[in-house]
Amino acid sequence: MSEPAVDDFVQLLTPDGERVQHPDFSFEGSDETIAGYLREMILARRFDSEATALQRKGELGLWPPALGQEAAQVGSASATRLPDYVFPSYREHAIALHLGVDPVEMLSTFRGTAMAPWANDIPGMHVYSFVIGTQTLHAVGYAMGLQRDGLVGNADPDANGAAMVYFGDGATSQGDVNEAFIFAASYTAPVVFFCQNNQWAISEPIALQSKIPLYRRASGFGFPGVRVDGNDVLAVHAVTSWALDRARRGKGPALIEAYTYRMGAHTTSDDPTKYRSNDETEHWRQRDPISRVQTYLQNRGAIDQVWLDAVDAECEELAVRVREGCLTLREPTLEEFFEHTVIDPGEVLLEQRDEYLEYEAGFADHPDADADDETHVQVQEAF
Amino acid sequence: MKEFHLPDPGEGLVEADIVRWVVAEGDEVKVNDILVEIETSKSIVELPSPWAGRIARLMVDEGATVEVGAPIVLIDDGVAAPAAPQAPTDVTDAPPAQPAEAPAAQPAEAAAATQASAAEPASESEAFLVGYGTKSSSLARRPRKTAGGVGKPIGPVTDQVHDSYAADQPVSRPIDQSTTTGPLSAEASGEPLPRPGKTPKPPSAAKRALAKPPVRRLARDLGLDLDAVIGTGPGGTITSDDVLTAAVLSRGAPEAPTGATSRVPLKGVRREMARTMAESYKVPTATVIMQTDVTASMDLVERLRARREFAGLRVSPLLIFAKAACLAIARNPDINSTLDMAATEIVRNEDVNLGIAAATPRGLLVPNIKHANTMNLLQLAEALHNMVQVAKSGRVSAEDMQGGTFTITNVGVFGVDGGTPILNLGESAIMCLGTIARRPWVIGKGADEQMVIRSVCTLSLTFDHRLVDGELASKFLSDVAAILADPGLAMMF
Repeated sequence: MSEPAVDDFVQLLTPDGERVQHPDFSFEGSDETIAGYLREMILARRFDSEATALQRKGELGLWPPALGQEAAQVGSASATRLPDYVFPSYREHAIALHLGVDPVEMLSTFRGTAMAPWANDIPGMHVYSFVIGTQTLHAVGYAMGLQRDGLVGNADPDANGAAMVYFGDGATSQGDVNEAFIFAASYTAPVVFFCQNNQWAISEPIALQSKIPLYRRASGFGFPGVRVDGNDVLAVHAVTSWALDRARRGKGPALIEAYTYRMGAHTTSDDPTKYRSNDETEHWRQRDPISRVQTYLQNRGAIDQVWLDAVDAECEELAVRVREGCLTLREPTLEEFFEHTVIDPGEVLLEQRDEYLEYEAGFADHPDADADDETHVQVQEAF
Repeated sequence: MKEFHLPDPGEGLVEADIVRWVVAEGDEVKVNDILVEIETSKSIVELPSPWAGRIARLMVDEGATVEVGAPIVLIDDGVAAPAAPQAPTDVTDAPPAQPAEAPAAQPAEAAAATQASAAEPASESEAFLVGYGTKSSSLARRPRKTAGGVGKPIGPVTDQVHDSYAADQPVSRPIDQSTTTGPLSAEASGEPLPRPGKTPKPPSAAKRALAKPPVRRLARDLGLDLDAVIGTGPGGTITSDDVLTAAVLSRGAPEAPTGATSRVPLKGVRREMARTMAESYKVPTATVIMQTDVTASMDLVERLRARREFAGLRVSPLLIFAKAACLAIARNPDINSTLDMAATEIVRNEDVNLGIAAATPRGLLVPNIKHANTMNLLQLAEALHNMVQVAKSGRVSAEDMQGGTFTITNVGVFGVDGGTPILNLGESAIMCLGTIARRPWVIGKGADEQMVIRSVCTLSLTFDHRLVDGELASKFLSDVAAILADPGLAMMF
């Protein structure tokens, strides 16, 4: 069993859809804004489930489902704006969609047809990081760059920016993350560490990794830490806005622990029933991030069935586009890697490319060359 | 009509068991309806349908183990050209979302139009992603120790999935449907962290033997059950030495001494070996033995492996030995001669037809490389490569084995230091290679004398003493050893 659910976190909307007050944080947005979050969360969930299904049909090599973490992602991403810069981990699909990544293109990484499809196209968003926690260092470096570019602490708040980096509870056990904390504190870097504590580092419960709540680690590094109900999109937005604003003003880093739950598997290669109990999943099912917002808005009359049906139709459209688009993703040639690795390839890389092309051309007359190699590997020590 | 091929639901899995068909033949399915539950070595997963249509045929039975990429179900999406469903180029299907009620025979124009847009990418995708991580059908996973729900009814999964967590898509197996390896108790993961100094043991440690993946692989290859192996590594882990020891013990253990004797007919290659060896043994032979430092040859092998010309070829020390033998034969041609006692003549062979003694699936065979002396190193490597393949496949032809003039036998691969082989019938000498091992070796002279660690090999040469005397044999073997010790000397030969 993971750490028992706690109440000492910032919550503005209960699982039953009731608004509650918090002494330090509040959400000022309109019902339209909240409905916008709801729509994003529902679309993100639909996208996520379609991608999971595509993997099961053999169309994707792997997929890390984000089911259950929609509020943590939409609530925080919606608090950013340029020149902020977001460093995701690999499960931040709702964030990627929010920032404008094309859902079909996003699949190309997981279909193995591209490394990082949005590398230069999406302003304000780094590529997915698959190495656990490494992106925290990139974010701190980027934040230090913002300082040196004069984009922090200006009188005009719109001129300021901050970096926000996403990682999981498991990543907090990594050296990289702790080093990032230290550097960020030492340089008062404008960076928000956004930890989605989804309770499980694959099969390791968070209780095995940390004897204290994660957000309290921040004080040891010398910056504030806040635990927020990660399934409450309003609270997440409020806390993230506070942390980003603080960072942009030059007050340094903050750690946000969004207390949430990964309802699905770690990835499609994982089987969570092997390590999680039914009771635990059910406990979290009742704290669903989407249903509480829907209940709240319906009770207020801000949305109706027509609105929900429209979103459903939009979901179906998205699903079909993703399903069909996935199959049209083009398989790249190895040659293309020489073009996208560095901006100016230089002589050595160009030589290597030519060498490769020559090598590749050498197979033209030997269509069976690959097959021979294959056989060769299987031939045992004969002599 | 579309075939659904078993995808790789994990990373690099090669097969899965069909646990339960959720659909039956004749059922109508929508896109993403669950078709089947499968169990891999990693997890139990449900596979959703990529197409809408009617289940035309379930192609595998429940409980069957199916290779990734194999077709498992045929779905009639209503637009079918039933002919040749297995050839993707022939597929003239409509877009995936085509409803099942669509007319069975579409106008030709419409079919052609849809073919260009939708069917083409779909068939391409099957070609490169389903089973993307698999290489060979000969790879096989270990069966799970505690099999999950094979044969057990699991419940109305489609229902469970449809109302699970507000999404009608399968994300993973519903949690209350767990039927896998012993349920994890809630306490198991909540235990306090182990105290410093103690080796942490997962709760299941008592059940499962501890061993690293390569060791598990070794045990599997040797057909050993790891649970029966006693671990001597840290914390009781099983090392590869433990596995090898256990393998020797299990092999050495005699079957129950019942006193009975079984009789196996001697036939085929084994009968031929018995006959030729007995015949060959009539020849008076002697053997010379020499140890040599082959470190430089091992370095050469490494350098050759890195060269592009040799890419894909199997470059082993045997290649250098074979080349050295050819060069040494050129200086000592009588080694490559044959005695014709009937004519009382020595038959000098111009060419070296270099035989390599091979342990093949059929038994001991000695195919030879024709005109090996005329080959450069690359050609020789290719010839050896081809010979390995032919030999391992058991398809060595009679012609491959005829006309041999000199033979190399490499018992070193079995780990022994050397041997005194018996002549391949009709030849005058056979060279035997022992294992190549790191050994202490004395170099330098006088005050500079020192002991270093070198790669050392024991060579022996058994020869027909009617034709070859000890001097010639020793000279030949010294030449071979000299080349191996310093491959550069080959330029002098």
